[in-house]
Amino acid sequence: MRNRILDTSTLDKELLKQLDAFIDSLEGDKQEHLIHVLHKAQDLFSYLPQNLQLYIARKLDLSGARVNGVVTFYSYFNEKPVGKYIISVCMGTACFVKGADKVLERVLELTGTSKNEMSSDGLFTVKDVRCIGACGLAPVMTVNDKVYGKVKPKDVDDIIRHYRSIQYESK
Amino acid sequence: MRVNNYNDLKEWKKVCPRKADYKINVLVCNGTSCLSSDSEMLAKILEKEMLNRDLNGEIRIVKTGCFGFCGQGPIIKIEPDDVTYVQVKVEDIAEIVESHLVNRIVVSRLLYKEPNQTNVVEQSSGMNFYKKQMRIALRNCGEIDPENIEDYIVNNGYFALAKVLQEYTPDEVIKIVKESGLRGRGGGGFNTGLKWELTRKVPGREKYIVCNADEGDPGAFMDRSILEGDPHSVLEAMMIAGYAIGASQGLIYIRAEYGVATNRLYRAIKDAKEAGLIGKNIFGTDFSFDINIKLGAGAFVCGEETALIRSMEGFRGEPNKKPPFPSVQGFRGKPTSVNNVETFANVPAIILNGSKWFSSIGTEKSKGTKVFALAGQIRNNGLVEVPMGTTFREIIYDIGGGHPQGKEIKAIQIGGPSGGVITKDFFDTKIDYESLLGMGAMMGSGGMIIMDEDNDMVKIAKFYLEFTQDESCGKCTPCRIGTKRMYEILENLVNMKGKPEDLDRLRILGENIKNTSLCGLGQTAPNPVLSTMKYFMEEYEAYAYRTKRTTYSIDPKLCIGCTKCARNCPVSCIEGKVKEPHYIDETKCIACGACYEACPVHAIIKP
Amino acid sequence: MKLIDKMVQLKINDISINVERGTTVLDAAEKIGVHIPTLCHLNLEDFGVVNKSASCRVCVVEDENTGRLIPSCAQEVYDGMKIQTDSLKAVMGRRTNLELLLSNHPNDCLTCVKNLDCELQSLAYELNIKEIHYQGEKMKHPVDITSFGITKDTNKCIMCRRCVTMCNDIQTVGVLGALKRGFDSVVATAFHLDLNQTSCTYCGQCVSVCPTGALAETNDSPKVWRALNNPNKHVIVQVAPAVRAAIGEEFGYEPGEILTGKVVSGLRRLGFHQVFDTNFAADLTIIEEATELVDRIQNKKTLPMLTSCCPAWVQFIEHQFPELLDVPSSCKSPHEMLGVLAKTYYAQVNNLDPKDIVMVSIMPCTAKKAEAARGELNKDGLSDVDHVITTRELARMFKEASIDFTKLPNDEFDNLLGESTGAAAIFGTTGGVIEAATRTAYEMITGKELKEVDFKQLRGIEGIREAKVNIGDLELNIGIAHGLGNARKLLQDIRDGKSHFHAIEIMACPGGCIGGGGQPYHHGHTDILLKRQQALYDLDASMPRRKSHENEMLIKLYDDFLGKPGGHLAHDLLHTTYSAKERI
Repeated sequence: MRNRILDTSTLDKELLKQLDAFIDSLEGDKQEHLIHVLHKAQDLFSYLPQNLQLYIARKLDLSGARVNGVVTFYSYFNEKPVGKYIISVCMGTACFVKGADKVLERVLELTGTSKNEMSSDGLFTVKDVRCIGACGLAPVMTVNDKVYGKVKPKDVDDIIRHYRSIQYESK
Repeated sequence: MRVNNYNDLKEWKKVCPRKADYKINVLVCNGTSCLSSDSEMLAKILEKEMLNRDLNGEIRIVKTGCFGFCGQGPIIKIEPDDVTYVQVKVEDIAEIVESHLVNRIVVSRLLYKEPNQTNVVEQSSGMNFYKKQMRIALRNCGEIDPENIEDYIVNNGYFALAKVLQEYTPDEVIKIVKESGLRGRGGGGFNTGLKWELTRKVPGREKYIVCNADEGDPGAFMDRSILEGDPHSVLEAMMIAGYAIGASQGLIYIRAEYGVATNRLYRAIKDAKEAGLIGKNIFGTDFSFDINIKLGAGAFVCGEETALIRSMEGFRGEPNKKPPFPSVQGFRGKPTSVNNVETFANVPAIILNGSKWFSSIGTEKSKGTKVFALAGQIRNNGLVEVPMGTTFREIIYDIGGGHPQGKEIKAIQIGGPSGGVITKDFFDTKIDYESLLGMGAMMGSGGMIIMDEDNDMVKIAKFYLEFTQDESCGKCTPCRIGTKRMYEILENLVNMKGKPEDLDRLRILGENIKNTSLCGLGQTAPNPVLSTMKYFMEEYEAYAYRTKRTTYSIDPKLCIGCTKCARNCPVSCIEGKVKEPHYIDETKCIACGACYEACPVHAIIKP
Repeated sequence: MKLIDKMVQLKINDISINVERGTTVLDAAEKIGVHIPTLCHLNLEDFGVVNKSASCRVCVVEDENTGRLIPSCAQEVYDGMKIQTDSLKAVMGRRTNLELLLSNHPNDCLTCVKNLDCELQSLAYELNIKEIHYQGEKMKHPVDITSFGITKDTNKCIMCRRCVTMCNDIQTVGVLGALKRGFDSVVATAFHLDLNQTSCTYCGQCVSVCPTGALAETNDSPKVWRALNNPNKHVIVQVAPAVRAAIGEEFGYEPGEILTGKVVSGLRRLGFHQVFDTNFAADLTIIEEATELVDRIQNKKTLPMLTSCCPAWVQFIEHQFPELLDVPSSCKSPHEMLGVLAKTYYAQVNNLDPKDIVMVSIMPCTAKKAEAARGELNKDGLSDVDHVITTRELARMFKEASIDFTKLPNDEFDNLLGESTGAAAIFGTTGGVIEAATRTAYEMITGKELKEVDFKQLRGIEGIREAKVNIGDLELNIGIAHGLGNARKLLQDIRDGKSHFHAIEIMACPGGCIGGGGQPYHHGHTDILLKRQQALYDLDASMPRRKSHENEMLIKLYDDFLGKPGGHLAHDLLHTTYSAKERI
């Protein structure tokens, strides 16, 4: 039985090497570091496809179900590819009472995608996230590491346009 | 600098740069909130200006942690003048430098304007926001550069640890903390000293101190602010706790979302290690301690201590039943004391000032101060630290400045998804652990969301339940299926598909989830529903009996006929002649709220 | 801790009781005959199987001192505890939680494989649930029917995690685990892969502990009915050793009653043309296996030799230790040997076309279903065994055909492949195969008669056992493991070069085949397994011949057909190969 999802040839060799080096550098019980390893893998590969999860499972001598169980438990891990810009709209209480749902709606409309899906141009993935602790600025959204505070639905247009245009210029 | 004994630390403190060495200190807030408004750029420009004007020797730019006044960020404070500038923009810097720093003239247009007052208060300490606060846990936040260990040491940093190692036995440390009355600031409010004592008593050489920095309550961000603004105080407290319980290893479990805090912690650990303050034979004693960071990955339930421990061990963050408590069987099955960030931040101050000092603050059973995060419909969003026993009214109106538009405040949600609502009848209650429980709420981590008459309490309850059922780990039946069913009932109600008997179901189900869930998250998940049902039953009944209005309408007495609403309506359901009252065709209204936003005279009535 | 009294005094429903510290409320209540309903709880203490999840919250009782509801299965007693198991609060809590489970359940009991054998269903009856007050979204997952052994209907899962405990803690296979969280959380394979895409061994221990129909054997009885109704087919059936000791439980007999004769006559009533005994092939296996062992010892080949009768165990080593595939014996498992002989020897003797023969095995096992489908196990393109049905499926077929099992007469197996010895009878329990092999190996090596055939040192239920047996000058080191987690430990030793054994018997299921995944449900009662085990030892003791090589039909088989044990034809028909597989 040769399973398609065991095939790691689709994964970048160089990145795999870096992941290996990271795992080898971990001290003590490596299995205990599973979440740490998954963070590293996601940093490297931007998401955790099935073959990568199984690769990690074999590296740490864990079952696939165990690794997949952890990946699907924590909302931080992506199993699907993500866009170049991850837009997170805070749905914490403070943001919610200040209309974050309308901000999210506008973001989804403008990027033409649905929650947790990558937009067709590969630019954006939109997520609703738990309170990011910037309640003073509610409603808040972030694009990768950049935080936008006191966002109104109409501000979203400018923000999205900004990231589209950087993309355009870089081409 | 390498600290090998107590004397080294004293000597080091003498040579650390102090604020008094400079004519002026410019404190620029570099907390997450202000960073998002480009406060880093403000600091950069200021530094460049100092260089250009050759003022480096006289003026120091300090990138600090959070001032707490987040709603008005970015914040810059000038010391020793005690002047706080709010909402500073890049283009304001030149004026601040030229006017204030060079010519010593305060830029009054950048000062905070108190509501309902004509004059501005120039001194920060005179601002209502700060006047009633008492900062113990936040003592260094906004005061020091968190990335500079010398800034911490000059403020007596690591002196509490030195004192403990020189003067006290572990039992004495526990006694001091116990007598101070310090209780856990993350949730249930268990006596911290007692927790340490229980962990100390369990036999075994391998023990752990864990700092719970998985702050997840929506609306609460005090732990993040402390880690960003004063990371060393948490490290120092962890070592004191480690000495007390007999542990040589500490772990900080922090939310992956807290990037700035994590980086500052890494930096602080590195600096403390280089100084010999973390490591082997600290202060030349037998005590050795190491601290590592464990990243969370986005699961609210991991704030629960047994789930947190599972997560640190690389598993799904599913809670285990207690007993056994972590103090007996925790991380790697060894005795473990889990304390939260704010709790730790109090410890060095207690050691240095004594348990009597701390226990003199607060109420009979709740000692010291508590940090609250104010958010929602309130003028001064941000973090405030007040003595236990302060009333809601003082916090909301005196410190928080009341409602931004002066509307009536209907309720306060406290304690996040585990807490409940407080109505205005209780605004004069002195806040402590017991009084909150008595009102059907709980301290939780101390998030306060202020709500006004426009907030629909059923929808608020539904919002919280959506959160908890989404964050439920799925292990036990009542939480996994029960919260989902409660959410579905609420959804039906809100969509006008509910029935009167739903209200009974909701209550019975809520009580059952409370009674039979496995962990604290599940046991408290129904609180927002149960407490809103207790105080705002009429709002639930309006949905259940379908008497709730679902569309907007116009108060003809207030309408001035400006036509703004009609022009903004996306479905053209508002009609009326100019300068005559308008009306809404309720059969077409989609309740988008555009008219409400547009009306200049508040004539639109919300559903 | 001498200062602390070992005993604790408490009250349950106002009855005073003293129990040892560390006892759970549930166990304390049981001591005084107070019944508390449970669901996720499972404790097979003799086999080391404990499900600690305390997650269903059905066993809650009220602690009067605190007024709180506590899970009785997990909560330990304390001094002065006062428990009410039947307070209104406790009963309501229990009922509401059960209703919640039912609100997320298909409730298609009438056609469910577990109908009348379902713990959820019994509990709904017991708690007098007549209406489910909470309705809403239900989980929706495709039913996995891809594997030969096990059908997984996730929609019936109540998240008790018994299967997860079995698959991970006991079997260390790790195929099942919890995925996602909240309402979406579910017990599944990685990425919801079909079972046949994973390293599932099909041992069926998940099935044997599942309280609902979420995990069940794949129902093959329709295929058997079809064969029986086909006039062109000559349908042969064989019965495994452990089946006869358990099937009675499905018809109200006490556990441990041997009912071979009734099974045989019942099978004839169902219409099978020939009824053979897998025990015959068990004796055959011993001859081949003992020959191989003696060869490996005398010619200094790979040691230890591991038994290979258990197909779940074979799957396990292929997936988990692909580098050790030279250690298991190359012998096929008994029912496969009998299958191939039916289609060669028996066909030859009776002048039948092997293509017309349908071989059906009645097994205590779900893994045998998957084994029968293995490509290696066929002769000239014909599978050695065509269909495998479990003990439970056979019982259902009897019921379906309105056969009153209790009134069936006792019949004998058919000739040619029907005789067996006591050595074969104990194949169904842990330690039995190696004991049978030892009896034969002893005489093979020494050439002397073995007087004392009971090797008591090989018996028992500890997960890993070892014994030394003196055979002439040779001191034979024997290891025994049951439960795959225990097997893993012995395999790790072999891999690390630390194993000192000559021969190791491994059975995947705790207890061996008596506790197989296809046996009548034990519903958490360890004593049932122990009684089945005792029954097999009693059967052995009662047999006139107790050494496999004394089986007369077997001697005839070698003389007339196979030739020498381990010889060319024997190798061709009775031995197999293994292949490395991936671990997922």
